[in-house]
Amino acid sequence: MTIDVPTTGRSLPQLQPISFIGADGRLTDTPTEGLRIPSDATLTGLYRQMVLVRRFEAQVTHLTRQGRLATYPSAAGQEAAEVGATTALAPNDWLFPTYRDSAALLTRGVPVAEILAAFRGDWHCGFDPHEYHASPAATPLATQTLHATGFAMAAKLKGEDAATLTFLGDGASSEGDTHEAFNFASVWQTPTVFVLQNNQYAISTPLREQTNATMLADRAAGYGMPGLRVDGNDVAAVFAAVSAALERGRNGDGPTLIECLTYRMESHTNSDDPTKYRDAEEVEHWKQFDPIDRLEKYLRQSGALDDAKVAEVAEAAETLAASVRDAMNQEAEVDPRELFAHVYATPRTALAEQQQVLEAELAAAGHA
Amino acid sequence: MSVETGTDPTTDPATDSTEVDDETATAASAQGDTATGTARAPEAGPAASSVTMTKALNQALRDSLADDDTVLVFGEDVGRLGGVFRVTEGLRAEFGSNRVWDSPLAESGIIGTAIGMAMNGMRPVVEMQFDAYAYPAFEQIVSHAAKLRNRTKGRVSLPITIRIPYAGDIGGVEHHSDSSEAYWTSTPGLTVVTPSNPADAYSLLRESIAADDPVVFMEPKSRYWMKETLSLPVTTAPMNRAQVIREGTDVTLLAYGPTVQTALETAEAGAEHGLSIEVIDLRTLSPFDDETVSESVRKTSRAAIIHEAAQFGGYGAEVAARLTERNFTYLSAPILRVAGFDVPYPSPKLEEFYLPTVERVLDALESWDWEL
Ligand SMILES: Cc1ncc(C[n+]2csc(CCOP(=O)(O)OP(=O)(O)O)c2C)c(N)n1
Ligand SMILES: [Mg+2]
Repeated sequence: MTIDVPTTGRSLPQLQPISFIGADGRLTDTPTEGLRIPSDATLTGLYRQMVLVRRFEAQVTHLTRQGRLATYPSAAGQEAAEVGATTALAPNDWLFPTYRDSAALLTRGVPVAEILAAFRGDWHCGFDPHEYHASPAATPLATQTLHATGFAMAAKLKGEDAATLTFLGDGASSEGDTHEAFNFASVWQTPTVFVLQNNQYAISTPLREQTNATMLADRAAGYGMPGLRVDGNDVAAVFAAVSAALERGRNGDGPTLIECLTYRMESHTNSDDPTKYRDAEEVEHWKQFDPIDRLEKYLRQSGALDDAKVAEVAEAAETLAASVRDAMNQEAEVDPRELFAHVYATPRTALAEQQQVLEAELAAAGHA
Repeated sequence: MSVETGTDPTTDPATDSTEVDDETATAASAQGDTATGTARAPEAGPAASSVTMTKALNQALRDSLADDDTVLVFGEDVGRLGGVFRVTEGLRAEFGSNRVWDSPLAESGIIGTAIGMAMNGMRPVVEMQFDAYAYPAFEQIVSHAAKLRNRTKGRVSLPITIRIPYAGDIGGVEHHSDSSEAYWTSTPGLTVVTPSNPADAYSLLRESIAADDPVVFMEPKSRYWMKETLSLPVTTAPMNRAQVIREGTDVTLLAYGPTVQTALETAEAGAEHGLSIEVIDLRTLSPFDDETVSESVRKTSRAAIIHEAAQFGGYGAEVAARLTERNFTYLSAPILRVAGFDVPYPSPKLEEFYLPTVERVLDALESWDWEL
């Protein structure tokens, strides 16, 4: 008796992360798996957006420390992955973000107050997913990877020219839903791109206690899908890899896993204490790989950026920060009656009765 | 009477230690034939024939697939095999594998991807192979399916139907007989439906699929082979409404899914002792039809609820509490729960001692002080 041996290709990602622009701002000689470096015009746009989201993250973190927001998980240091991946999306594509990915939502065009509504405590999701083609940020880890897969499956069944992109973290990669999503997406060949932001920590747990694998991108091979490992702090590499993967998906060639090697510069959220699990030298070490510095160096060398442009972008960032402050300094209107409004499509008598209880309490307390 | 081929109650491909139990199935289907025929007779059209619950469910899926292109059916073994209970039999052949297909074997994956599909305009109908095998999907059902509409202020609806074969009395091995309804009914955002007979199975499933809210549709396994003479399509009382299926004046017995049969038999036995028992089939567990049930309880002044799930923290606790709150001055006695014991569902040789029986219900009713 013989057992059939599959003859289809099964390849592991290259060990060296794909990178175009090194930490020194110069082109690297790393193999790039057939990907091409984006144009200077594209890179200039990515530079601008990264500067904006860094300022956004700093401003929101600051406001959170002042007590304006209940909690905030910043993606400072991860701007290249957030911006590079999201910018690669076409308008028809859908984004499936996590709590970490406000920067991605900002890049997708969601207004500041609508992104921050959840963290300010106004409502669990402040924006209309259909308007921005972005699902509400998921907090239960890895669950959104399945939504992205199902959404893409529907797009495929309907023959739509759309793909989905979902972010997940190194910690989330250990969840069962990640396995199920990778597998479903590959079996169904859905147009889904999994952008795994390996920022080295899940709250306090370091990567080496999360996995014994050489790299997370290796997992893709086990699902029969391509896996890439990119320098997640090189926005050129992220943008090129994600663009190609989205294109693959839209062409009917199925999902892709892209592991972005990066580092969470801030604490997990404002209520975390990173001194308990990592030392200052480590954070210092990662500063040399900063995604914005290297791109600025590169674009200055190529002539696409000069002092005036840099100043203009910095000014735009300050304008954005001011708008964040304005938005968060206004008290959001919350209506207690809305507690009952959206639970069911079909109204329920019992809920109407409970609403009356609340209305009576409100009336007694002198609320309009 | 024989069990229809392919609808063997205990065929779980994953547990081949399970023997075919013809007796249980035959008994279940024989009970079905006699009891509901007299209790509630839905309009039988010209082409009326004998229809099992599985057949009625199958036809509901077929008609929904035919009427609405966005309806999709997927899950474990629902395609080629037609499901381990054959509820989806023939659908893949009829509608093709883009509408009806076998998914990888992962329940969280099934619900999670159904959520994504529903966000993108589809109306997925998914099957959890057995009650206890829905638990891997608990997070997706409770944290996402139930909540997404509320989180997005009604901007995203999830018209998903989650079919769960549930409850015992089929001689199933461990994990094949759970009654998980209280997990779902205590979750805001979910609608929980459970038919007790073929006509309702058809009508309620059609309505569940058409609903814009996520519905947990719980199918009582022991009733799968129950037959009823009817012609499909059939429209019964609307979803979200309970139904008085036998009138009485002394006691209201509340039941749903598998225990409706027990309630009807109890009413029959009670009548022999001069006790007039009204039976209500709840049909939809969430929302609870306060109006219909309270009206009956005010009339009879006594009520008991029967379910297979363990008593503590079970669905009956909620029902007893809310009926008492709303009807206290009308009541002559405390509302009773006749439920499973507070133990894990037992192995096949012991389940007859666990399940609420007619005798146990009658004993409970006798425990009331009837002199009042
Ligand atoms: C299912 C689940 N378990 C636990 C948590 C609590 N939690 C929130 S974030 C987090 C760490 C996640 O780490 P990672 O996936 O690496 O993402 P990162 O925060 O680094 O972006 C944990 C444990 C959760 N949100 N969901
Ligand atoms: Mg992490």
